[in-house]
Amino acid sequence: MATIKPRLSSFSRNLSVVPSPQTLGLKCGPNGTTFVSSGIPDLDKILGGGFPLGSLVMVMEDAEAPHHMLLLRNFMSQGLVHNQPLLYASPSKDPRSFLGTLPSPTASKDDKSRHSDSEQDKGLRIAWQYKKYMGELHQNSYSNKDDKQVFCNDFDLRKPLERHYFSAQRVDCVGIQDSTNLVVLRDHCATFLAQFSRTEGSSSCAGRIAIQSLCAPQCEHSKMEWDMLSFIKSLKGKLRSSNAVAVITFPASLLSLSSSKRWQHMADTLLSVGAIPDEDKEMAKLLSGYQDMVGLLNVHKVARLNTQVPVILEATTFSIKLLKRRFLALECLNQAPVDGSSGSSYGTSGSCSGSSKTLDF
Amino acid sequence: MNDNQSLNLLDRALGLDQQSRPWLLSGRVVLVEDCVESTASFVLHHLIKRSLCLNSSNVIVFVAFANPFSHYDRVLRKLGCNLVTQRDNNRFFFFDMLMLQCPDGDEGKSEVGLVLLYEKIRKTISVLPEDKKSHVTVMIDNISLMEVAANGASDYVLDFLHYCHALTSEFGCSLVTLNHEDIYSNTETPTFILQMEYLADILIKAEPLATGLAADVHGQLTVLNKATSHALGSSRNKVYNFHFKVKENSVEYFYPGSRG
Repeated sequence: MATIKPRLSSFSRNLSVVPSPQTLGLKCGPNGTTFVSSGIPDLDKILGGGFPLGSLVMVMEDAEAPHHMLLLRNFMSQGLVHNQPLLYASPSKDPRSFLGTLPSPTASKDDKSRHSDSEQDKGLRIAWQYKKYMGELHQNSYSNKDDKQVFCNDFDLRKPLERHYFSAQRVDCVGIQDSTNLVVLRDHCATFLAQFSRTEGSSSCAGRIAIQSLCAPQCEHSKMEWDMLSFIKSLKGKLRSSNAVAVITFPASLLSLSSSKRWQHMADTLLSVGAIPDEDKEMAKLLSGYQDMVGLLNVHKVARLNTQVPVILEATTFSIKLLKRRFLALECLNQAPVDGSSGSSYGTSGSCSGSSKTLDF
Repeated sequence: MNDNQSLNLLDRALGLDQQSRPWLLSGRVVLVEDCVESTASFVLHHLIKRSLCLNSSNVIVFVAFANPFSHYDRVLRKLGCNLVTQRDNNRFFFFDMLMLQCPDGDEGKSEVGLVLLYEKIRKTISVLPEDKKSHVTVMIDNISLMEVAANGASDYVLDFLHYCHALTSEFGCSLVTLNHEDIYSNTETPTFILQMEYLADILIKAEPLATGLAADVHGQLTVLNKATSHALGSSRNKVYNFHFKVKENSVEYFYPGSRG
């Protein structure tokens, strides 16, 4: 494997031009922004590099499924692995116990074996004539992964994060269930973000804020829509002038329609997750790899700091899959091959590099 | 003037191609509406560039709730307009209101922040030399965040807008505001946005294409220019409709189907 010289895609070539990141876990992006990783390699790729510092990421939850936790866990773990301070707020009784469920990064050796394995898996699924093309494709994504190894880890969802990562004093946990208003959380955020103020010069360190289910109905503040809005507004205002990223997940269906729109407007990057029904025969016929999917991820908005150009993605809906029941992967939806008798195929098939593909004709 | 060539569809729809007045928007109220799927902040950037670059006597008072100065500076620099220089020349006044939060609680107190803001705007305009006063544009980005800053007291925000509207008749300056239309479309009586639309002389609406996002067409603009009716003596409002594609250094405007 290592003897073959990897063919660089245009993406990785650009990377070599950009000055190498000064600090672990930070990467220079366009328009003077700096990226931190979302903890999911595929999501970084989709968003064009990761979450830009100073941006507010919002995830709309599926009220019936905990898929937002997958995003949140990987985001938090990635920060801890890079030794970035973390502020975590949740409506649970004991927020700190959530740290025990964070996934652990895989060593690079495991990573390699995993990739060649999955490559073989995929090889079996496609017709043998196309194997040579697939091989090429995989090497591309493979070399990309190698470049970003430091920036974004693969996380093994079954292995808990080692304690030494979060036993340090860099993690702050806040319970938001008992407080009657958001003043406590606001103060925590303010003191947390004060460490990363941009006026102090160098962007040597980045902070991460993860807030889970901000408008959960068990919190007393969930009835005070304007209070929550002004909290988000002030958080965003502070973020803009600091080297930190905040991820807020919220059950959009619990907010009133106009409030929910306001929240969505506040977000720089807006994602939504949803579960897929277990035994949906129709869907299973329509999409390939339906059995492996655990949910769907929608990208509604991509952060555009310092620019007016909107980011137009080739596809906005991705399937969330667990590779080998361990690794989180996002893939484009691919239409399943249709047998000739059933007529024309009309398409939802997008393209996404490095995903297992059904080739349609 | 020789810059007639550089005017695009949006300028024409706004009536900027007529040479009768130095700054045709003066005394007018412009409302820009957008939604989650397609943002219209590029219209504000375009108007900033137009007013600062074309005509040397224009002044902009920018009230920012959404982004810090560095954001606008970078965006406008790519459009060919240096905001730092303009700020030093006292032609661009930037009010950073990102952290503005009116105190809530007692009735009557929560308007204090907005009153102070209005006083600040008025003072800025009134100390300008006499010949510049009528070339002032007050821009607010954006109204929905102002509502949040006022703890949802929409009436105070409307009052504020009415006061700003009074400025347009007092000094002959113009008022440009951005708001998100889809916030209000779900409510039963969208009084707030209706009032704003009533106030506006020119309404610019950005929407995504019905067929979804595309790489070549980012959305469509609908411009309703109420005031052209007076100039032409007809009672009909003029509606312009065209597509746009946003780029770093410009925005392309074109009629539906005229590209490709």
